[in-house]
Amino acid sequence: MAWKRKDLVSMQDTEAAEITEVLDTAESMKEIATREIKKVPTLRGKTIVNLFYEASTRTRTSFEIAGKWLSADVINFSGSGSSAEKGESFLDTAKNIEAMSPDVVVVRHKAPGGPALLAKHLKCSVINAGDGAHEHPTQALLDLLTIRQKKGHLEGLNVTIVGDITHSRVARSDIHAMRKMGMTVTVAGPPTLIPPACQDMGVKVSHRLEEAIAHADVIMMLRLQHERMTGGFIPSLREYSRVWGLTLDRLTHCRPDVLIMHPGPVNRGVELSPEVADSQYSVILDQVTNGVAVRMAVLYLLAGSRAA
Amino acid sequence: MLDQAGLDRALTRIAHEIVEQAGGADLALVGIKNRGETLAERIAEKIAGIESKRPAVGALDITLYRDDLGSRAEQPRVRSTEIPFPLKGITVVLVDDVLFTGRTIRAAMDALMDLGRPRVIRLAVLVDRGHRELPIRPDYVGKNLPTSRKESVAVMLREHDGQDRVVIQEPEEGEPEPEARRAKMKDGRVPGTPTSRNEE
Repeated sequence: MAWKRKDLVSMQDTEAAEITEVLDTAESMKEIATREIKKVPTLRGKTIVNLFYEASTRTRTSFEIAGKWLSADVINFSGSGSSAEKGESFLDTAKNIEAMSPDVVVVRHKAPGGPALLAKHLKCSVINAGDGAHEHPTQALLDLLTIRQKKGHLEGLNVTIVGDITHSRVARSDIHAMRKMGMTVTVAGPPTLIPPACQDMGVKVSHRLEEAIAHADVIMMLRLQHERMTGGFIPSLREYSRVWGLTLDRLTHCRPDVLIMHPGPVNRGVELSPEVADSQYSVILDQVTNGVAVRMAVLYLLAGSRAA
Repeated sequence: MLDQAGLDRALTRIAHEIVEQAGGADLALVGIKNRGETLAERIAEKIAGIESKRPAVGALDITLYRDDLGSRAEQPRVRSTEIPFPLKGITVVLVDDVLFTGRTIRAAMDALMDLGRPRVIRLAVLVDRGHRELPIRPDYVGKNLPTSRKESVAVMLREHDGQDRVVIQEPEEGEPEPEARRAKMKDGRVPGTPTSRNEE
């Protein structure tokens, strides 16, 4: 048994054995989704609070479904329309929620390190559901689960992450997790969207899409977050799409068994052409399905960490 | 307490009893992981030799239904449940290696009920060692083994342990209390070493 932590805050701090433990547990959880009655009594009487200060549909829903299938009570608390707008500090809000005795707080916040701060100050378990451009650990775990299911293993695989690496918490978590699992990671994108410190994370950097994806077992296309494209990073969406968009034509130069992944939501016609998004290479919906299983696994493992 | 031939004879007898009582009704065996699954496979083989038809075999992991989750130092590993047939209206024989407190069987029945509504659930165990904590009794028993609470019963099967054998193990001096020891062995099992799989 490898899992002993109270919290899941980052992939940088998580060890390979712990990642494997989550993936193995998630593998067993998948069966529950196939049942007619999708519920097991495991977390009966436990309370999970989803504390989301940033917009999210998929991640919040995924955590909510995961908690409910395990019979926990799940409460959603969104930053907008709450006491945060009345001037209450992040930590005060969290302490108030803790005073209502939840067992797990799932937090998304625009500030990098927000979840780590809560983990330090709260007695309950804290799960990072995305903190600014820092990390999104459960996304990395569901990506690894999807790759392991499709490829049968992780070690030795070549993964290319394409797009806006600078602003991507998904890329950061994926890079940490994939390196720990013995995978080779290449990042590709316009120089303005690749942080200079990338090499320190042990990844290769490429500024040509064809070259970067030629030998990839997995291509991870990131969403171009146009809400963050106000700093003159790219000339225009159309030009970005022409240079960095993945089309069927460009896929002809890839391995025939390549997997196309995307953390969602997809901008069809920008980073991915619709034909690629719906092609046999795409495992984007498998990622979403696996997201629930991974979050069930994490909730289960964390619930046991505070027992003794 | 049971050697290879004794263990095999016990399974043969259980198979005959199951066939006789089922009387041609739709039958499935569901083994409780891990050794129960192996025993269910073996009993199914024997039934196939008696009847023309081999009953369906499924495997059940009861971890998510345990009544002691959250009271242990670590979460036990979740294994997968594989029951690839509908349970509605059939006779299900639960199979486990050792029947002890009855708590595993309670969990297994809850798990089965969540998956469907069998017509009948029966219970087959290789060893009944007593000390029930719940009103549960087996329908088919390989061997009744009176034990003290401190002892543990080790069921070894060649698929897991390289040999077929059942032995009672005395607690060693200075060992922790049985409750703690059982938990330790169940989770910290070293592959290849014979360990008890006593129901908790």
